[in-house]
Amino acid sequence: MSVPTEPRTAGAVAGNGTAGAGAPAPHGTSATADATGPRQLHLQLWRGDADGGGFVDYEVPALEGEVVLDVVHRIQAEHAPDLAVRWNCKAGKCGSCSAEINGKPRLMCMTRMSTLDTSQTITVSPMRAFPVMRDLVTDVSYNFVVAARIPPFTPGPPEPDGTYRMAQVDVDRGQEMRKCIECFLCQNVCHVIRDHEDNKPHYAGPRFFARLAELEMHPLDTLDRRRLVSEQLGLGLCNITKCCTEVCPEGIHITDNAIIPLKERVVDARYDPVAWLGRKLLRRPRPAPASAVAVDLPVARGAHDPTIDGRSDPAVLGRNGRRSDG
Amino acid sequence: MAELETHEFDVIIVGAGGAGLRAAIEAQATGARTAVVCKSLLGKAHTVMAEGGVAAALGNVWPEDNWQVHFRDTMRGGKMLNNWRMAQLHAQEAPARVLELEAWGALFDRTPDGRILQRDFGGHRYARLAHVGDRTGLELLRTVQQRSVGLGVQVFMECKIVSLVLDGSGAVAGAVGLWRETGKFVLFKARSIVLASGGVGKTWKFTSNSWESTGDGHALALWAGADLIDMECVQFHPTGMVWPPSARGILVTEGVRGDGGVLRNAEGRRFMFDYIPAFYAKETADSIEEADQWYDNKRDFRRPPELLPRDEVARSINAEVKAGRGSPHGGVFLDIASRRSADDIRRRLPSMYHQFKELADVDITADPMEVGPTCHYIMGGVRVDADTQATNVPGLFAAGEVAGGMHGSNRLGGNSLSDLLVFGRRAGQYAAEHALGLSAQPAVDLAGVDAVVADALSFFDHDGGENPYSVHQDLQDTMQSLVGIVRTESELVEADRRLGDLEARAAKVGVEGHRQFNPGWHLALDLRSMLAVARCTTLGAIERKESRGGHTRDDFPAADPDHFGKVNMVTRRADGAVTVHEEPLPQMPPELQALFEEAH
Repeated sequence: MSVPTEPRTAGAVAGNGTAGAGAPAPHGTSATADATGPRQLHLQLWRGDADGGGFVDYEVPALEGEVVLDVVHRIQAEHAPDLAVRWNCKAGKCGSCSAEINGKPRLMCMTRMSTLDTSQTITVSPMRAFPVMRDLVTDVSYNFVVAARIPPFTPGPPEPDGTYRMAQVDVDRGQEMRKCIECFLCQNVCHVIRDHEDNKPHYAGPRFFARLAELEMHPLDTLDRRRLVSEQLGLGLCNITKCCTEVCPEGIHITDNAIIPLKERVVDARYDPVAWLGRKLLRRPRPAPASAVAVDLPVARGAHDPTIDGRSDPAVLGRNGRRSDG
Repeated sequence: MAELETHEFDVIIVGAGGAGLRAAIEAQATGARTAVVCKSLLGKAHTVMAEGGVAAALGNVWPEDNWQVHFRDTMRGGKMLNNWRMAQLHAQEAPARVLELEAWGALFDRTPDGRILQRDFGGHRYARLAHVGDRTGLELLRTVQQRSVGLGVQVFMECKIVSLVLDGSGAVAGAVGLWRETGKFVLFKARSIVLASGGVGKTWKFTSNSWESTGDGHALALWAGADLIDMECVQFHPTGMVWPPSARGILVTEGVRGDGGVLRNAEGRRFMFDYIPAFYAKETADSIEEADQWYDNKRDFRRPPELLPRDEVARSINAEVKAGRGSPHGGVFLDIASRRSADDIRRRLPSMYHQFKELADVDITADPMEVGPTCHYIMGGVRVDADTQATNVPGLFAAGEVAGGMHGSNRLGGNSLSDLLVFGRRAGQYAAEHALGLSAQPAVDLAGVDAVVADALSFFDHDGGENPYSVHQDLQDTMQSLVGIVRTESELVEADRRLGDLEARAAKVGVEGHRQFNPGWHLALDLRSMLAVARCTTLGAIERKESRGGHTRDDFPAADPDHFGKVNMVTRRADGAVTVHEEPLPQMPPELQALFEEAH
């Protein structure tokens, strides 16, 4: 994929293409930390785009009580105004600023600098399971494709007074799933797609298993989505390694309270191991674009919607497949 | 110029928060070809930050509650500056809008008999806020998001509208957008446009608002010739975090106080008893003994002063800190730890527990929180027809925070989420009807569109121009220090002068890098909106020579019911300049006026 528009000014994006992370000069304030001045933080931020990139060094003074996103913002405001980063609420409620901090998937706004070893260089890189758009921003449109494939909530008739009755105990589990802020960190760490791009078209991922479990457990819902979950959304591919649960910033027990109960319900519906294995072996999915298996076109789309297909092509996905990292 | 990506719709909705998505659902259901355009990803809008609840007189907890009581509370909370008809529609329709969410899959907390539970909030006579712990906004947004997706509403994500396009008659014809990802432009041809772009908080330094809240809708409306009203009425939420510095301004829900939390100064005193205004004296407890009994027996006791409307509480905190009785980091203490069990706190306020634990290393089940006022909401906004949400520009509608009038000079907690639903729906319906009533798509002047694009790209030509981030910082400092909670004529005039300088600087800022996902460039464009808002707020604040709700003047500390209490401050743009003038408030009919005479 080519960069859609020509750069208007030169030079600000370091590490593009093969220049990579060779020997970048530290940007930012003077690296000579004065004994009386504030301590210096050393960060490496991944910079680049779909064509490649690498880590760029920055040094900024340490300030009290900051989170990683604050430091990234200071770098942006003072040294790299074109540094691309997504964020909204800065309070752990919107799930926009997902990234990998020292290789660990986290929300930048909820990772305090004091919890990191700042005597070492801190790296911040984009989520690995999604194609890079630019710098720390990834193309998460896969998730919107999956969301559009889930048949919506369909309630039965209300009480005679036109309202519904539900006991708190019956909505507790659903409420746990609805805490989800759609940061997509669980999708990012799920090895079914992190390590196998070609699973994306037929795999919903933990975020959407949680959504499906929530619908399945909703006291008022009337639809049966179990066949869809097992036959089209790949529930069987999950082998419950719990990586999703571990990274969930909302502490949702995705594996125990969503995926396992969902698997049990699917099994209850129909379980024939021989036929299952047969279907599994015979159906060797080719790396198909997400929309080829989507029931509908995604309704939520980004800047180049016709190329959502192209972006699901492993050839242009993620830093995994990139040649230029050196 | 190369051919521009173009889409044609009946209704374009700017913003994907609660109001925008509710409008989209209605417009789509009405049969209009509908699309939503939003600056962030779908599901990230500022609505997710709303914590406490959605106010609706369902009467589930207090059967005595009804729309008349809610209407009265809303008008009194707004210090009677509200558009009475909006307040009436809001109170009447909110219950149906909440129940509808339940039919779309929302899971509110329940009463023992299985209905929607309601909680207490400031200024509401009865426990009225339907809620989900302290993450009600997320529940609301997710519900309308999933409903929109289910209906197949088109959503154009990460696209900023830089200008509206009008036809030769001055009616809406479309909008020019900027794809943030690619830096390319897009033309949306539309018969109706609904502004649902939210607030303006990023114009101030300490704010609970996210980066998106730059007043884009207010500015688009102003530039298109729409009237704004009462832009001086800005709500500083009394309880934002004050420490650590990077978390300053992040919201601490009013639900903490609704659920038993109290405010104390450095001496440990519950100082709110010292600040009960005469207007609320009859319904507010004047002793700790009485206040503490209210939580369990609301029939026989009056409510604690911590639950006065937000403007009163924010001003009181401000005064305590100024008097030297503040907390170590310049706030006051919000204490729930000594009043409720740790389990209760974690169950009722899970995200507050989480937020303080993660960001401030404070365990709110053991220690008090340090809090202080933070810029939270603008009551003023685009002037709309109460029933249809139509502006004075044909085809242009506005709903939610961007619209003015509903909340008067001060908004009650919980009334924002209900506002989004009630008026989002109305805007969607009437925008669709307007669109479907037109015989043809309005004509778009492509030369004008090219000029908009060229203008937005001009920042790349300002080689060596100033960094937009520093202009933004200076704007925030100016508004925070000169047009903050307590205002005075000389400072407002100084702010107005500085805004002139800032406008000149903003016009010349330079942008580094290229067009693809370039936050510096986006900020340069957002700055224009913020400066427009800042100007309107400052002009309105100079002219409103009284104190009322979210507008407090040191030099005019009392409300002026005979003059300013009867007028809206109208700002509009004519011949390139923004002007302000007074216009009389719409008159409430006698049967509604009677509600204020008989009450209490």
